[in-house]
Amino acid sequence: MSDFLRSYLTVGIFALLAVIMVALMLTLASVLRPERPQKQKYISYESGVDPVGEGWSQSRLRYYLFGLLFVMFDVEAVFIFPWATRLETYGVFGLVEMAIFIFILALGLFYAWRKRVLQWV
Amino acid sequence: MSVFALDPAYIGGFGLSEALILIIKVVGAFGLLLVAVMLMIWFERKLVGDMQNRIGPARAGPWGILQTLADGVKLFFKEDLRPAKSDRLVYRLAPYMSLVPAFLVFSVVPVGGNFTSGDGTVTWFGNSTFLQVADPHVGILLVLALSSAAVYGIMLAGWSSGSKYSLLGSVRASAQMISYEAALGLSLAAVLLQAGSLSTHEIVAAQGGWNWNLWVTGLVPALVFVIAATAELNRPPFDLVEAEQELVGGFHTEYSSIRFALFFLAEFMNVITMSAIIVTLFLGGPDGPVLTERASWIWGVVWFFVKLVALLFMFVWFRATLPRLRYDQLMDVGWKFLIPLSLGWLLLLGALRVGRDRGWNTAAVVVVCVAAGAAAGVLLRLAVRSGRRESGELADAEADAGEAVNVGEPEKGS
Repeated sequence: MSDFLRSYLTVGIFALLAVIMVALMLTLASVLRPERPQKQKYISYESGVDPVGEGWSQSRLRYYLFGLLFVMFDVEAVFIFPWATRLETYGVFGLVEMAIFIFILALGLFYAWRKRVLQWV
Repeated sequence: MSVFALDPAYIGGFGLSEALILIIKVVGAFGLLLVAVMLMIWFERKLVGDMQNRIGPARAGPWGILQTLADGVKLFFKEDLRPAKSDRLVYRLAPYMSLVPAFLVFSVVPVGGNFTSGDGTVTWFGNSTFLQVADPHVGILLVLALSSAAVYGIMLAGWSSGSKYSLLGSVRASAQMISYEAALGLSLAAVLLQAGSLSTHEIVAAQGGWNWNLWVTGLVPALVFVIAATAELNRPPFDLVEAEQELVGGFHTEYSSIRFALFFLAEFMNVITMSAIIVTLFLGGPDGPVLTERASWIWGVVWFFVKLVALLFMFVWFRATLPRLRYDQLMDVGWKFLIPLSLGWLLLLGALRVGRDRGWNTAAVVVVCVAAGAAAGVLLRLAVRSGRRESGELADAEADAGEAVNVGEPEKGS
């Protein structure tokens, strides 16, 4: 285990504790709560009437393009963060480089905009 | 015991004192969060009640302060219904995925310590330590990662319920949260520029002595961050994920009993942790006047919580004041306004700092940057408009911005 990953040990302990707490609450509730099964109780809610069709009915995943754009900007953050933390080291060169990089990315964003991808239908 | 010595925070060995510190920190943070959530729900209901000229919760305990506890206990005794059409495993997993990240974000927030005249550490049992549960070198990346992970809980909860309202709610939630995640990360880069570090206590230390990022980075990143955080939290005016009039309950429509309570808990815990992150990043964390020399770290804790409560008040105020946005407006604000704005501002700040090192004239740098940014913006904007005019869409688009257009289809003029 590298030195870098080791610093997450305490985070791991904290996570474990959180999981245990949730599990405990769910267990406690399962002991306390009543259970009187009736067929009607397990129908999906649809404003009080019987549900029409499947709950997982086909729907258009409009947001997959947003998902792609998000990946683009998240990868961008991977490049921006190191530059931002070491600004002085790279000086003018780094600044110009980053300006060009961001301009190209902005070009991509505006291309998507022009293609009307950024429109939620 | 030896496994703990792997953590570099305990490099000198893991003895009794380190174990005590670890236990105090973990249990303290845990209790703090749970009590804070309880009080936050009461605070919100009471405050919204006041703002709407109602009394709000008033029966359970003094000023109704135990109302949340009473509601929680009630939910323990309710029957747990899982719809027959739901996906069993994912349906049960989703509350965990939602609540655990909410807890973890808090672990990197420094909640106290004297950063004003000291280095921020406190000495307990002969060990000097920061008042934060964990101290990874890249704490901010952990925050970003966990706030992304929180999307899974909501998305899987909505999908696994096998109900239309839940599915629609989760589709909205994922699109909204990933959109604003981008703006969140980019506005944060301005803070990193200032602090030169990804570690939370170093960011706080860089803001010591009233050099708060709120004004040092020039207000814009802080505003963008608060807007993006509100959307990330699905708080009003961005609460389209659970717009009652359209989607019943959104992603948790089919959840009942304690599982519903867990989602509710996660939501409010996220509000608290996100406010804590905003305090850390922009409001100097525990920075503030140190009034006594003895136990000066106490003042850090006091100021931290004063700022935290102020931010929580702000979030409740948003809810009481602002009407909900329409969904396409929401996406427009995120992609077409916040992201370009934070990118441009980041470059401006970078240029200013490089210029300061080189002794350039500040006013000239600002003028050149603003001119370059405006030129690039106008150029790109014109490209967007000319592209639309070619395809004869502009008139339609301006007449009705919410008009349905087939996204995937290429335009005629292109």
